[in-house]
Amino acid sequence: MIEVTDLYKEFNGVPVLKGISTTFEKGKINMIIGQSGSGKTVFLKCLLGLFVPEKGVICFDGRKHTELSIKQQRQLRKEIGMVFQGGALYDSLTVEENIMFPLKMFTKNQPSEMLDRVNAVLKRVNLENVNKKFPAELSGGMQKRVAIARAIVMNPKYLFCDEPNSGLDPITATVIDNLIQEITKEYQMITIINSHDMNSVMEIGEKIVFLKNGVKAWEGTNKDIFKTENEVVVDFVYSSNLFKKVKEAYLNETK
Amino acid sequence: MNYLKHIGKYFIMLKQVFRKPQKWSVFREVLFREIEDLGLKSMGIIMFISFFVGGVVAIQTAMNIESPFIPKYLIGFAAKRSMILEFAPTFMSIILAGKVGSYIASSIGTMRVTEQIDALEVMGINSLNYLILPKIIAALFFYPLLILLAMFLGILGGYYAGILTDLFYSEDYIYGIQLDFDPYYIKYALTKTVVFAFVIATIPAYHGYYVKGGSLEVGRASTQAVVWTSIVIILLNYFLTQMILG
Ligand SMILES: Nc1ncnc2c1ncn2[C@@H]1O[C@H](COP(=O)(O)OP(=O)(O)OP(=O)(O)O)[C@@H](O)[C@H]1O
Ligand SMILES: [Mg+2]
Repeated sequence: MIEVTDLYKEFNGVPVLKGISTTFEKGKINMIIGQSGSGKTVFLKCLLGLFVPEKGVICFDGRKHTELSIKQQRQLRKEIGMVFQGGALYDSLTVEENIMFPLKMFTKNQPSEMLDRVNAVLKRVNLENVNKKFPAELSGGMQKRVAIARAIVMNPKYLFCDEPNSGLDPITATVIDNLIQEITKEYQMITIINSHDMNSVMEIGEKIVFLKNGVKAWEGTNKDIFKTENEVVVDFVYSSNLFKKVKEAYLNETK
Repeated sequence: MNYLKHIGKYFIMLKQVFRKPQKWSVFREVLFREIEDLGLKSMGIIMFISFFVGGVVAIQTAMNIESPFIPKYLIGFAAKRSMILEFAPTFMSIILAGKVGSYIASSIGTMRVTEQIDALEVMGINSLNYLILPKIIAALFFYPLLILLAMFLGILGGYYAGILTDLFYSEDYIYGIQLDFDPYYIKYALTKTVVFAFVIATIPAYHGYYVKGGSLEVGRASTQAVVWTSIVIILLNYFLTQMILG
């Protein structure tokens, strides 16, 4: 379990996260939702240790980030797979080298074993025959999939995805969502996804945390979303007319 | 004040850079790639420029010696001295600062703004060590060779300039370049080169690594990197010259 207590982060005196507390459980898809600029990426980067929060405690299965030495921190990071908002694939390396990179760096495996592992994760994300391609030669959806493959190649305990399906068409977005869901269940990881896509939230979100202006405005399950009267959630969700109609249909159905 | 902050940050960066590589086999692989990117790929331009600069130096010297009492072999002598002492180590380092410096700053800067550096850190990799140490080693190892080559080609350029322009005899030139051969000057030049190589690898890396924003800022950082690398080279050149030869 990841426990976050009273997380506070500012940049040059401007607070971005203003005391956020929540927990994330194993084998579940946790989603952080909020408008652009609400602090989702900053929140994830605090969990990753890329930003040091001014206040608050982050606890990974009993390990408090404040009490870890640099070495222990590096160890913890090896247990985290991260899919960045833009993919963050290494431009100068091929797909195969990108995914193999953590293996080369941290294992003593033989090249053939590493290649088998790379091919296994590539197959897992439904990509084949792209081993020798460079990231720039792939479509956005393919890059996202390679990023997911790279994130899971070391069998992480924690999987963080920063807007994994932004900029993708609805079909590809659904494919990516389902992929993350399957992987989470299969490997029983703690998965946290940043998103502002209500579609993903309703499809795969099991625990939802709403951020607004750096404050946790609401949390609950995707089923609770239609029931809640919370203004922030209502504003966000029904900013899309489609969802108003979906809600009406949903309420009619359950009558 | 701001400058002091940058200088401090630069040295703190270096402390992280000079760590033991996390995996030697990976380090070696990256090192060879850097030798190619920073060294071999600059060989052409350095050879081209040094050859012609040598030619021009010889021609200029020849045209400025009017008095019949000054022996013609001084042309070869002057060309050799100026190539070895300044043109090869300093002038070529400035060229490298432009070519290699902008490459280093923009490639590391792009990695920063596209979160590739974050991705390295998240994997538990010391990104400063991984990205910059191989560049430093590659430059320290390769640039002295490159500068030796530049000295040789510059002197050769002077020789051919004589043949093509008939301003001086090749025999005089060859006599001049052999005159008063002092290996100490070559050592001096190579010492400077090693220092400049370090500057060329690290200052642009600093500018790239700490860039914030997007591609516009990466472009700006790359320009800044070239400017500062050149300034530092010129200043260090002055102090080193005073220290070593003075
Ligand atoms: N490195 C930084 N330095 C200063 N301010 C920052 C930095 N990173 C983020 N911010 C600020 O923090 C706020 C939250 O940004 P963040 O990237 O977390 O938003 P987000 O919720 O991920 O938005 P999006 O959906 O557009 O990705 C923004 O106002 C941003 O300007
Ligand atoms: Mg974001």
